[in-house]
Amino acid sequence: MTSATAKTLAHQPRTEQIILFRVSGQIFAISSASVQEVRSVDHIAGMAQDLPDSTIRKVRHSIRRGDRTLYIVNAALHFGLQPQPAALVFFLRRTRTALLVDGIEKMTTMTRLQALSLSFQGDERSWYRGLTAIEQTVIPVVQPEGFLSLEELTLLEAAQLAADTRLIANANTGAQVQ
Amino acid sequence: MTAVSTLAQETSQSFVLLRLGDRRFALAASQVAELVAPSRIFRFPHRSPALEGVILRRGRMIPVCDIADRLNSKKLASRRFFLLATRKFGTQLDWIAIPVSGECELITTDMMECGSNDSPYIAGWLSHGGEVIEVLRLSVLTPGPTESSEPSSAKGLEGAHA
Repeated sequence: MTSATAKTLAHQPRTEQIILFRVSGQIFAISSASVQEVRSVDHIAGMAQDLPDSTIRKVRHSIRRGDRTLYIVNAALHFGLQPQPAALVFFLRRTRTALLVDGIEKMTTMTRLQALSLSFQGDERSWYRGLTAIEQTVIPVVQPEGFLSLEELTLLEAAQLAADTRLIANANTGAQVQ
Repeated sequence: MTAVSTLAQETSQSFVLLRLGDRRFALAASQVAELVAPSRIFRFPHRSPALEGVILRRGRMIPVCDIADRLNSKKLASRRFFLLATRKFGTQLDWIAIPVSGECELITTDMMECGSNDSPYIAGWLSHGGEVIEVLRLSVLTPGPTESSEPSSAKGLEGAHA
């Protein structure tokens, strides 16, 4: 690389590919690097397991992906929005979250991420990495790790264990009847 | 120049007088950045009830906080401008947009220190044009981190400009 090329690259803005997605009419952004896979809700319908003992309102189902259990988070309930029928699921990389969203708006690039103002002192500090402006519109950029706290994961693991135990018990009962 | 007038000059400060409904308040001019026409407020889910959303001003996203709600017990009926002010949390400067209902005025005068019985949001008092005006302490009136909480920053692209 010549020094001129290196100088040009150094002056270029750092960019990040993002997915703009819709939840109950609200647009959010997520780094496309954080999304491992996008599936339709219909695709996962048969694979999801009910979590009747879940005390976390936004999580009612889990799904097995290889040797891991992911929890299906309703994004509308997470953000306190009026839930609408979700169409897509984002499997988030390096998290245990599968996120139910209404749809994808588009894929684009952000060149600037502004930290959330210190005036924001609620849960939003863990929900968002910051804000970005795309075509003169402010869009919150979600934090993939912010959908489930450690405490919520602990409660969900207990609910998952109860669901698995019930499933095994039912299977055993069925085998005895046969 | 007399000793008294020299002393008065030394203690005089600049203040911006702002109108919130039928009352006038003051802010230290050093905290005020700009007075701008109201623009679109971008709303997104959050759990900071004192904030309405953010405005976009010269690429900066600034939260909007109606302090009239707290000072006059009612929100402003009409908003003529947004007063853009800054607050300092540690070394970090944080911006906030305050809706105001009238023109603002820059004055230079002496501030009387607040008493122990004054509300925590009062930094002091001004006497101007026959009126006694409260000088506001923005850090008390607007949400922000408590002393124990650490300011966090955006990860990755923070500060990267197009």
